[in-house]
Amino acid sequence: MSPRTSPEPVHALKERRDGHLSRLVGSMPYAAFLGIEFDRRGDELTAVLPFKDMLIGDPMVPALHGGVTASFLETAAIVELSWSILWPEMESGTGGDVGPRLPKTIDFTIDYLRSGLPRDAYARARVVRSGRRFASVHVEAWQDNRARLFAQATGHFLMPADPRDDPGHV
Amino acid sequence: MSDAQLQIQIARQFIEAIPFARAVGMTIESVGGGHAVITMPFDERLVGDPRRGVLHGGVISALMDTCGGAAVMSHPVGPSTAATLDLRIDYMRAAKAGAAIRAEAECYHVTRSVAFIRATATDGEDGPPVAAATGAFTMTVRPSAEKKEGAA
Repeated sequence: MSPRTSPEPVHALKERRDGHLSRLVGSMPYAAFLGIEFDRRGDELTAVLPFKDMLIGDPMVPALHGGVTASFLETAAIVELSWSILWPEMESGTGGDVGPRLPKTIDFTIDYLRSGLPRDAYARARVVRSGRRFASVHVEAWQDNRARLFAQATGHFLMPADPRDDPGHV
Repeated sequence: MSDAQLQIQIARQFIEAIPFARAVGMTIESVGGGHAVITMPFDERLVGDPRRGVLHGGVISALMDTCGGAAVMSHPVGPSTAATLDLRIDYMRAAKAGAAIRAEAECYHVTRSVAFIRATATDGEDGPPVAAATGAFTMTVRPSAEKKEGAA
């Protein structure tokens, strides 16, 4: 009779998951430039964009730059999709050590619902469909009230090649 | 100074007053008649995927959005405000690592309150552009400008 393997201690589990997430986000210099952070609850991610003056696009209103909003949503979508690819490998302990392989954006459509206020913004992305080659991701962003979105977007992505399909990969 | 030069100077000051446009180094090359050209230098901090050394799609989107907005503001009807309603970006290929990006936008149709734009982004290489965009902006026209337009 083999001894039952005890579950991974909670602190080790959190450290491992947070480590993978921070390596993933840390692999994008532009996310750091904007100051985007990710809040994790289990596998659920919320992208957070803390406000800073640099993010302003219209000093008169003042409002966040539309391009900042687009960048924030696209980053949230890419990280969510990469995270969803990484998760099963990470949990089974078979992968996640080759470094993040990022999907490539094919197209991205942003719907500006109201102007972004000069305060923190949040975004949550949902992988609507994920196949071997393509994925479709929807993302919603809000500020003070979760139900009052200020922007939403849909993007199509080319999935990263699986390194296990590449014999040359170490 | 000619009207065209004055218009470029006003547009340049307008863009330079935008904190985010300054942060990423956007420069107006030309603007007028519903057409705008804005460039942005390569910057390591704006990279999205270091493995490929390519700029993040979001910063290209920001450049196209700003360029589209400048094209709307320079339309002959004389808009006094413009805000993006929607923007669709097609990423055709990765921008060459280290290359500056040049966006060109055209405001090809306006109604009383909406302006439509199309834009492309290039990196100085031959072949297809790096990205293409289409968008709609809400806009308001100064009452005096609108009256003048209506009287013509």
